[in-house]
Amino acid sequence: MKLKNMLLFLLGTVVCLVFSNSAFSADPIRIAYIDPLSGAFGDVGDAGHKHFKFMADKINSEGGVLGGIQLEIVPFDNKISAKESLVQLKHAIDQGIRFITQGNGSSVAGALIEAVKKHNKRNPDKTVLYFNYAAVTPAFTQEKCDFWHFRFDAHVDMKMQAITDAIKKTPSINKVYLIDQDYVFGHAVSAAAKKMLKEKRPDIEIVGDTFHPIGKVKDFSPYVAKIKKSGAQAVITGNWGADMSLLGKSVKESGLDAAFYTFYAGGLGTPSTMGSAMNGLRQVTEWHDNLSVEEDRPGDAEFRMSYNEKFGEGGKVPWYYGRIRTMMEMLVKAFNKAGSADPKAVAYAMEGMEHTTYYGKVVMGAKDHQLLQPLYISRFTKTDGKMVKYDRENTGFGPTTEAKTQTMDTATPSSCNMKRP
Amino acid sequence: MEFYVISLLNSLVFGMLLFMLSSGLTLIFGMMGVLNFAHASFYMLGAYFAFQISQFAGFWTALVIAPILIGLLGAAVERFGLRTVHKHGHVAELLFTFGLAFMIEELILLIWGRVALNYQVPSSLDFTIFRLFESDFPVYRLFMLAISVFIFVVLYLLLTKTRTGIIIQASLTHPEGVGMLGHNVPRIFMLVFGGGSALAGLAGVIGGNYLMTSPSMAILLGPIVFVVIVIGGMGSLTGALIASLLIATLQTFAVGYDYSLIDLLAVFNIELGPEPWFPDLWRIKVENTGPLLPYLLMVIMLILRPKGIMGERES
Repeated sequence: MKLKNMLLFLLGTVVCLVFSNSAFSADPIRIAYIDPLSGAFGDVGDAGHKHFKFMADKINSEGGVLGGIQLEIVPFDNKISAKESLVQLKHAIDQGIRFITQGNGSSVAGALIEAVKKHNKRNPDKTVLYFNYAAVTPAFTQEKCDFWHFRFDAHVDMKMQAITDAIKKTPSINKVYLIDQDYVFGHAVSAAAKKMLKEKRPDIEIVGDTFHPIGKVKDFSPYVAKIKKSGAQAVITGNWGADMSLLGKSVKESGLDAAFYTFYAGGLGTPSTMGSAMNGLRQVTEWHDNLSVEEDRPGDAEFRMSYNEKFGEGGKVPWYYGRIRTMMEMLVKAFNKAGSADPKAVAYAMEGMEHTTYYGKVVMGAKDHQLLQPLYISRFTKTDGKMVKYDRENTGFGPTTEAKTQTMDTATPSSCNMKRP
Repeated sequence: MEFYVISLLNSLVFGMLLFMLSSGLTLIFGMMGVLNFAHASFYMLGAYFAFQISQFAGFWTALVIAPILIGLLGAAVERFGLRTVHKHGHVAELLFTFGLAFMIEELILLIWGRVALNYQVPSSLDFTIFRLFESDFPVYRLFMLAISVFIFVVLYLLLTKTRTGIIIQASLTHPEGVGMLGHNVPRIFMLVFGGGSALAGLAGVIGGNYLMTSPSMAILLGPIVFVVIVIGGMGSLTGALIASLLIATLQTFAVGYDYSLIDLLAVFNIELGPEPWFPDLWRIKVENTGPLLPYLLMVIMLILRPKGIMGERES
């Protein structure tokens, strides 16, 4: 009896395998998603994966690429470690995957750029292409730029450009405080802020430039007391994750009255931790929840809704990465333009590509592989059912645009000197 | 002046939260000789339970029910888990609590997901009680302070004035002797473990919304709690109190100072060359070292006085 069951099971498996293989004539194009799926940053990586999956499903249901080939997102857990990422990259390549995407952590991105570059040099017939959707250290599309790397997020200098432009137009601000995480990204934010403020508003005094250990501070009230002591009217911070939520909470509790210009106040999971402490915080992003209302784009509102229904967990983890949509749409175009799924051909097709999103034209830099897209400074306020229609992560507070930087105005001078194969 | 007063108050609040977490751990360690790695996980569970209960029955019910549930859970863990592995020695017990910490974290991921919870301070406690100079002092911090002081007083009285307390005290130092006298030492163990877990749970209930409620909250606060009990002395409640306040004050005030080694050298009229050895070492400011100071203090304490501030046992 047992043996018979076993044989039946085996037979069934074989039949399934044979059929599943013959069911699809063309293999799907697989894209490896290498990001943290466990540990402290697992939630962010998981949400990113769902964004990609949603986009791949959408593209597939609309007919796929290259006349019917499907896209498939294959997740790899890198535990946000550069070393582990290289192992996962190797796994992906061994499985025959030729396209990878990653976003969390510039240390990881730096390692991947190097590894992909080396791999492609040694295996010119099996090249790999890397799409970066969130690691924003400027060097990756500047002095360290590489042909096999494309970035779809605005880098630190571009975002700081938008922030300092906004501060420039606010004459009441004459003291600015900088608080950042003590690692390569935090230092890049601080350096960019100091340089640009000096150029745009030499009268502004930088009253503080604090670096705190990343992910180690439990209570930010001492830092907030220090900001208060400095008399700053504005604070610029690149903090993300728990470092952003805890800072926001302490700010609210102390009643500190300063304008907070952040990179990631609306970042995944941050608003739900902060709750009403979101009120008044500003963020710089390429997309936010209420853009569709402000610029009257019902199509985008519908898209946001359909994602949130499928993966939003009742509004707890809503759509966030507007740029993932842009990236996937441009990727489809690049495949079709190249006429093949060869990474080199796709890369050449992607260079200089223009694309129209709901919010204007975006351009992939031909020289440095940096996407130029409109950037928005938005402020979180209580939803009012009109312009602030949608809130972020069920907090009751949603973003409302304060300033828009047009696509071409986000460009910064590039020092990229790329070698092409 | 404003900075000092506010920082002092902040250190008091954070210090007392640390104390509530570490008091249970120090009692458990002092008594059973087991470093409970899952202690911070009970703190995390406390916050999650409180969130869930407050959804149905409000914060005040959660404040009472959640710690009791965590206490019962802790007692059950001792009765059915630790007691079973006890006969295999300390290593087995240590590994058991270590595994338990992972289990609890994974369980929380399964039930509540990876994303941080929207567990907020109840609106009845979400206002400013007084303004000090230019800063608001939220009533919730005062509430936390009151609860933790209350807990300290109750624990202190319980341990010194009641018969149970005296037996617990005795079991801390002479467990065999207490057993010989006919007391049910395993039951006392269960009581202490349950009580300690309940305290961690309570810290979670009031700390979860003050700080944050996410699956990483145990990892974030866990190590510092160990530091507290090492510095305070294993098994000493007063030691834990002093160490908690000391660490909180140290961390809070370190943030306020911008001095680096370069400034120290400048006092002696020494200037560093343009490219000194270890360039990063010299630029480190006191404020950067804040989160590291407790660990430094622990190392110094272990070298100079291994039993801690108020500890009585050397090993």
